[in-house]
Amino acid sequence: MVTPSSVAPGRVLATRPRRGLLHRGDRRATSGRSHEARTASWMVGPAGLLLTTFLVVPVGLAFALAFTNARLISPRPARFVGLDNFVNLSQDPVFWASLRNTLVFALVVVPVQAGLALGLALLVNAKVRGTTFFRTIYFVPVVTSMVVVSLLWRFLYQEDGLLNRLISIASFGHYTPIDWLNDPRTALGAIIVMSVWQAVGFHMLIWLSGLQTIPAELYEAGALDGATGWARFRWITWPSLVATRTFVLITITIAALSLFTQISVMTQGGPLDSTTTVVFMAVRTGYQQLATGYASAISLVFFVLVLVVAAVQRYLTREKV
Amino acid sequence: MTATVPTAGAVPAAGAVRAARVVPVPTRAGKRARSRRATVGVLVLRVLLALVFALPLLFLFVSSLKPDLRIFADLGSWRAFLPVGPLTLENYAGVFERVPFARFLLNSVGIAAVTVVLGLVVNSMAAFALSRLRWRGQQLVLTAIIATLIVPFETLALPLVWWVNKLPWLELNGFSLALTSGWLDTYRVQILPFVANAFSIYLFYQYFSSIPKDLDEAARMDGAGWFSIYRRVIMPLSGPAIATVAILTFLPAWNSYLWPLMVVQTEDLRPVMVGIQYFFQLNVSWGQIMAYASMITLPVLALFLAFQRSFISSIASSGVKG
Repeated sequence: MVTPSSVAPGRVLATRPRRGLLHRGDRRATSGRSHEARTASWMVGPAGLLLTTFLVVPVGLAFALAFTNARLISPRPARFVGLDNFVNLSQDPVFWASLRNTLVFALVVVPVQAGLALGLALLVNAKVRGTTFFRTIYFVPVVTSMVVVSLLWRFLYQEDGLLNRLISIASFGHYTPIDWLNDPRTALGAIIVMSVWQAVGFHMLIWLSGLQTIPAELYEAGALDGATGWARFRWITWPSLVATRTFVLITITIAALSLFTQISVMTQGGPLDSTTTVVFMAVRTGYQQLATGYASAISLVFFVLVLVVAAVQRYLTREKV
Repeated sequence: MTATVPTAGAVPAAGAVRAARVVPVPTRAGKRARSRRATVGVLVLRVLLALVFALPLLFLFVSSLKPDLRIFADLGSWRAFLPVGPLTLENYAGVFERVPFARFLLNSVGIAAVTVVLGLVVNSMAAFALSRLRWRGQQLVLTAIIATLIVPFETLALPLVWWVNKLPWLELNGFSLALTSGWLDTYRVQILPFVANAFSIYLFYQYFSSIPKDLDEAARMDGAGWFSIYRRVIMPLSGPAIATVAILTFLPAWNSYLWPLMVVQTEDLRPVMVGIQYFFQLNVSWGQIMAYASMITLPVLALFLAFQRSFISSIASSGVKG
């Protein structure tokens, strides 16, 4: 900082007493700032400590343990085994099935759920009587735990379950019941339908909040130009939802890739590994077979998968100028 | 459309005028009819979708009141969705015989409540320091916290089990402190990993940034310290953010399944979701399963319906500027 004395030498005498004052003021400012920093450090401290302990360290551990033969409960210390886990993984048919199922699930769920959610949002966006009621109904599955939903649908999907009975009635008996969850051809599809049913209300709300930030003037201006129906959606609504779109896509993708609860409650990965997923396999390996090292390798692959997919999506949905 | 046909002998100009005035009428009526049809169409669609979302859950609650045989017998008709026939509470009685339900419920309520309260304090303090105070490394810490948003918990779960099994803890035995190791099979292992949350910090940060800085400057003039500005100025103004974070912390805490499955062995420490496993051992009674599922769903559903407005605006706000 340039002091007044250096600028105006003629005023040295005059400024001398004030220099002391200024100096003291400066010190108070710096001590104020260091006080501010101290306050900041203890206010951020607890969150920082917890995030480090339960997030940063485990991520680091996933990297480290993936190259060892660590077991959850073992008297012997973990040993470095290089790339062994990854080599084994690449030769493990269950892993490839898991990876395929996970990707298929995500590839179907992401567009279907995002699209249906947008449709629902448009459907309940109008300010008509009863809108809140329908919005609430569509949202109810979201506040129902996935464990409960999976159980319920497991029952609906049984061979003598509700779904088969309904289809049978609707087709006047021209229908042989399918054992949805025990048939390798239908199991994953059945889980997809249920998952979308449970979560679509959540993203309906996200789209809805995006829709409601679109200024009415845009629609009025559009109406003057004769934009209605599809044109209105295509040229006004859709471009206004850029930020919402990115958020919806990324959150659905991450949730879809993390598919676990439904599998654990409904199929345990079967039949014939047709519904096993990467996270389900990691949990089974790490928790039931206690092979922490191998499970960490799977987690690491999963982590990289999520990062790559998120990065690709970010790139594809970036704002084009 | 007869009205538009000019009658013979009429003054052409008048006819044209009449025609011009008359023509739009049927079109407007047509438009109204079309828009009425559209309204009806929208309503039908809304109702059908409402059935798709509501019926499975209705079936769940209704079936919990029926004996097993009745549930299966009713499957083929509308009776499956209606509380008709001999209703009974024996499924609920069965649940209480089969599992220590009160204990599970207490565990879940306790774990969720402590997680929410600690989470509100810890995350809002961090967000305050990030948005209001000036310190070195601030921007770096904020970026780091936002970057962690992309890590799904599932990727951490397994290394985390291994890690919490090694973490130390101070135990108070009477008057002596003892250093123990291993967090498995405790309440704390179900709470502490979920207290600090990058998304909650981010939501608070966003909200705090929208509160004018003049307010804390005025408080500083009055000699208030930073903590009392946080405590007495910022937090009282942050009701909506507090509600959002509370709801978004409560739901996963109540629903948690994977984590307690892995880290809790003792029955007395288990939360409600894990309790569901008991019903698939030995003789499976779907009536009891439906009763148990209803009992762990209804409290949350009741909360949701009671605080619907803040639930919905919370979820909605979590997406804005995400």
